[in-house]
Amino acid sequence: MSVTLSDVQVGTELPAQRFDIQRVSMVRYAGASGDFNTIHWSESVAKRVGLPNVIAHGMLTMAVAMRVVTDWLGDPGAVIDYGVRFTRPVVVPEDIGATLEVAGKIRSVDAENGTAVVDLIASVNGETVLAKARVTVRLANA
Amino acid sequence: MPLDQAFVGRRYPPTAPYEIGREKIREFAEAIGDDNPVYFDPEAAQALGYPDVIAPPTFPIIITMRAAAQIVADPDLGLDYSKVVHGEQSFRYSRPVQAGDVLQVHVSVEGIRSAAGNDLLTTRAEVTTVDGEHVVTALSTIVARGTAGE
Repeated sequence: MSVTLSDVQVGTELPAQRFDIQRVSMVRYAGASGDFNTIHWSESVAKRVGLPNVIAHGMLTMAVAMRVVTDWLGDPGAVIDYGVRFTRPVVVPEDIGATLEVAGKIRSVDAENGTAVVDLIASVNGETVLAKARVTVRLANA
Repeated sequence: MPLDQAFVGRRYPPTAPYEIGREKIREFAEAIGDDNPVYFDPEAAQALGYPDVIAPPTFPIIITMRAAAQIVADPDLGLDYSKVVHGEQSFRYSRPVQAGDVLQVHVSVEGIRSAAGNDLLTTRAEVTTVDGEHVVTALSTIVARGTAGE
């Protein structure tokens, strides 16, 4: 599968996906990334600093949301820019975890430079968790 | 207390070289639940024109966050890390990180501001090979909640 410039125009939707985030996801992410901030694994500490419960690493949410783009593209190396704002913490209760829903839509296409910009919409329980989530990708001419 | 504006533009020494291994990329890809073969299988990566497996787009955070700790933990800056949350993050890539890369991070203070009683610190991390080839630039904004007015 290879997406080319001729496949996209402003408004083209990428296949939406749902991702399950559980406590074990954060334990694994902490180990792999080296981010052992206590609010991602200790319920008592999270509550002491005013959070409702343990929250997912923002960078885990950012990594998982990107899947909507890279699964569609096939080649993750075609991503040339990726930025997000973290607007709301992803709270992950021990029993049910959290479901991250991610949709993507083409915001703009630059045919001359062979690039396109994707807007990502990421939410948990209907509430947006990322804002200005934008990915610039390089696309080949068909 | 608001953070000291004098820190804006301050550069820190480059980090020690970090060698990117296939198994570290595999571990990170598994941790984010991504089974794209280009992260695991050198042949799949070579089929796309890469010399070896490449890393997921957010992988550089492993080394940029560690490098930015030089700034965040600088006692002269006076940031209260217990009140910090991640506000914004961006990456601009010249190419993907790939197995075999030996990378260094050059961090600097991009910006400091206060908003709604919070202190916001933006750090810039330039990731290059030890030979000086640019790979990715990461900008990271952290928010110390409620500290600006203290």
